[in-house]
Amino acid sequence: MIYFDNSATTKPNAAVLETYTKVASNYFANPSSLHRFGAKSKELLDTSRKQIATMLDALPEEIIFTSGGTEGNNLAIKGIAYSYQNRGKHIITSSIEHPSVRTVMEELEQTGFSVTYLQVDKNGVIKLDALKAALTDETILVSIMGVNNEVGSIQPLQEIGEILARREQTFFHVDFVQGIGKIPLKLDAAAIDLLTFSGHKFHALRGTGVLFKRKNVHLHPEILGGGQEMGYRSGTENLAGSVALAKALRLTLENEPKKPELIAIRDYLLTEIAQMPDMTVHTKQSVAAPHIVCFSAKGHRGEILVHALEKEEIYISTTSACSSKQKLASSTLKAMGVTDEEATGAVRVSLSFENRLSEAKIFIQKLQEIIENLNKVVK
Amino acid sequence: MEFDRMLIRYGELSTKGKNRKQFVTKLAQNVKRAMKDLPEVRIHGERDRMYIILNGADYQLAEERLKPIFGIQSFSPAVRVNLDLDEVKEAALALVQDAHEENGTFKVAARRSHREFPLDSNEINQEIGAYVLQNMEDLTVNVKNPDVKLTIDVRKEGVFLSCRTILGAAGLPVGSSGRAMLMLSGGIDSPVAGYLAQKRGVEIEAVHFHSPPYTSEQAKQKAIDLAAKLAKYSGQVQMHIVPFTEIQEVIKQQIPESVIMTVTRRMMLRITDELRRRRNGLAIVNGESLGQVASQTLESMLAINAVTATPIIRPVVSMDKNEIIQIAQKIDTYNLSVQPFEDCCTIFTPPSPKTKPKLDKIEHYESFTDFDALIAKALDNIETISVNIAETEQVKDEFADLF
Repeated sequence: MIYFDNSATTKPNAAVLETYTKVASNYFANPSSLHRFGAKSKELLDTSRKQIATMLDALPEEIIFTSGGTEGNNLAIKGIAYSYQNRGKHIITSSIEHPSVRTVMEELEQTGFSVTYLQVDKNGVIKLDALKAALTDETILVSIMGVNNEVGSIQPLQEIGEILARREQTFFHVDFVQGIGKIPLKLDAAAIDLLTFSGHKFHALRGTGVLFKRKNVHLHPEILGGGQEMGYRSGTENLAGSVALAKALRLTLENEPKKPELIAIRDYLLTEIAQMPDMTVHTKQSVAAPHIVCFSAKGHRGEILVHALEKEEIYISTTSACSSKQKLASSTLKAMGVTDEEATGAVRVSLSFENRLSEAKIFIQKLQEIIENLNKVVK
Repeated sequence: MEFDRMLIRYGELSTKGKNRKQFVTKLAQNVKRAMKDLPEVRIHGERDRMYIILNGADYQLAEERLKPIFGIQSFSPAVRVNLDLDEVKEAALALVQDAHEENGTFKVAARRSHREFPLDSNEINQEIGAYVLQNMEDLTVNVKNPDVKLTIDVRKEGVFLSCRTILGAAGLPVGSSGRAMLMLSGGIDSPVAGYLAQKRGVEIEAVHFHSPPYTSEQAKQKAIDLAAKLAKYSGQVQMHIVPFTEIQEVIKQQIPESVIMTVTRRMMLRITDELRRRRNGLAIVNGESLGQVASQTLESMLAINAVTATPIIRPVVSMDKNEIIQIAQKIDTYNLSVQPFEDCCTIFTPPSPKTKPKLDKIEHYESFTDFDALIAKALDNIETISVNIAETEQVKDEFADLF
C-alpha cells in the first residue's frame, strides 16, 4: 500500500498509540475527581500541557485541548467575535480557507459581522497590500491559514503578524492544521494570538487537538459545562489523547532533520508530473509546504484518478477530503484562477515523513499507465 | 548576538561595609543554586560586581533565572574581548547592530579602570562611536536619551561590552539575614509573606500542616507548588510537611468549640518553633493580616503568640487584602492559592470562633491534655523535602516514558 493522503489523516505512530493505551489503562481517573487517583490524572494532564507549551514556546495556560482542527477554528473565531464584538464587527480572512473557517465566517455574516475575503494570486498566496487596505478600526480578527490544505501554499504569516503587531484591537488567528511540524513557526515573531492544530495530522489520534491562545486574549466559550480547560472548553478531558498528542508533537518536531528528504520526494513528484503530457501542476514549489502536491490531468475527473489508483493500492485524494464528497470544483483552485474544467480534475498527493522516494517512483509509473489507459477510453 | 557572560551589579550591598563579603558570597550561592541545572555556567563574585560565565548556556534562560534573585540591582548580558582596540570595535558594532531598530539613536559610555589601556574613556567613546556610525547607515547619536546605550568597561582582565541593562529584583540576598520558618498554608497571604521576608534577605523554610483525610493530597501539592514559586527567589526552599491529623482530632474532642482555632494555632506555632530551633532558624514568618479572620485580631494574636518568645515576622500584617492579592499576582502565586482545597485551618472552624480569647482560659483548657507528647510525635514524623526551581520544570520520572 502506498498512502499518499496524509493531509486527510495520518497513521497513528506506534509509540504514540502505546502512550495512549498506557495512559488510558493506568490513569483512567477523571482529572476533576478529588481523590488521589484523580489528582494523578490531573498532574499528568498538566504535564502534557506543559510539554506542549514548551515545544511551542508558550505558557501552559495558553494551551487549550480541543477535539481537533474544526473545534479549534470554531472556538478561536467565534470566541473572538462574540467576546470582542463591542470593539468592532469586522473580520478578515482569505478566500481559500478550510470549511471549518469559511462556514464559521458565513455564519458570523448572518449575525451582523462583516467579513472581508482576501483574494489570492495564482500561487495561492494572499497579498499583504490587500490586507493592509482591508484593515479598519472595526477589524477585530484576522484569520489566515498557515498552509493551504489543497495546494500547500504557505501564507506569509510573519509579515502578516508584523502588520498586525502594532494594532492592539486586532487579533491574529492562524489555522495551522497543515503547517505544524512541516514549516517552521515562531509564535512571538509572527505575533500570533491564536493558533489551531490537530493531532491526527501528525500521527496522534483523531479527536485530539490544541488551540493556542495568548494569555491576555479572552474567548467566548463554545462548549459550556464543568469549566474544564480554564473554562474555554468544558467536558471531561481526553487525558490519554492529550498525552499522546504531546508525544506525537515531540516526535514530529524531531523530524526536522528529515525535511530535505521529504522535500526531495515532493520535488521529484512535481518535476515528473510537470513533464507528463496534459498535466497541470497547481502547487507552486517556491511557496509550498514540503508535503502537498496538487495537479490536474486534462480531461479526467479527479475522482476517476483516485479510484483508478486505489486499484493499485495507492491512496490519494481529490483536493481535500472535507470537500471531496460534494461534487464541487475546489474553491481554492477557483480562487487561484484555475478554470472550472481543470479544477474538477484536480487531485492531491500529501506526504508524511514516513513516505519514501521509492513509493513516489511507483506512483509516477502507475499514474502514467493509468492516464494512458484512460486516454484510450475517453479520447 | 552570542553573549558569553552576564555582568551583575549589586543593590543595597554597597552600603554594607565590612559585612559585604558575606553578602556577596551568599548571593553567589543563590545564583549558583538557581543555575544548578546548567552545569557549564561559572560564577565569579568580586567586590563590586559578579560575572556569570555562560560557557555556551542559553543567556535568555540565564536571564529568566537571574531576574527574581534578590540582591541584584541590575544585570547585563555582555561580551568580553581582549584589550585590543580592533576587537572592541568589532564587538561594539555587532552589539549595536543587534540592538538597533530602524532609524534609532545610540551613545557610547566607556569606563576605563585599567589605566594602561592606550585610550582614555573620552577617546574610546569617540573612536568606537565613530566606527559604529561609519558602519551603520540609519544610526545617529543622541547622548541625552539614546535608544541603545553601549557601555564599554575596560578592566585589567579584558574589555566588557554590553547594550542592555536589565533591572534586578533588588532587596538583599536570600540568606544574608538568617533563616526563618514560613508557615505556609496554601492561602493567598502566606506565600506573599514568604516572598516579602525573602526580599529582606531572610532564607525561608516552609512549614505545612497536613491533616489527611481532612485535607487532600492536592492541598499538600498546592503548598509544594507554592514553595516552588518561592524557590525562584533563592534557588531552593526546604519544606517540612507536618502530620497534624491527630492533634486536630484531639483538639476537636477536648477543647470548647469557640476556641478550637486559637488552640490549633498555638499548637502549630509550638511545632513550628521547635522545628525552627532544630533547624537553627532565628524567626518565624507567617501571613497573618490584622482583622482578616478571628485568629487575626490583636487579642487572638496575643493568646496564640504566648507559646513562644521567638520573633514572629508578619510582613502583610497591615496590608489590605487587595494589596496582598496584587503582590500574589505579581509573584504568580495567586492562581495556585485560589484553587479550592480544604486546608487544615478551615476543617474544624467553628461557626463563631472567639475573636477575643482569654489566655488564662485557653491555658486552662489545654491543661487537661498531654499536648507535649502529641507535638513530639508530630515532630518525629515530619517529612522534609527540598523544593528546587530547576527540578520542578522537568517531567516526573513516573510519567517520563509517556512523553
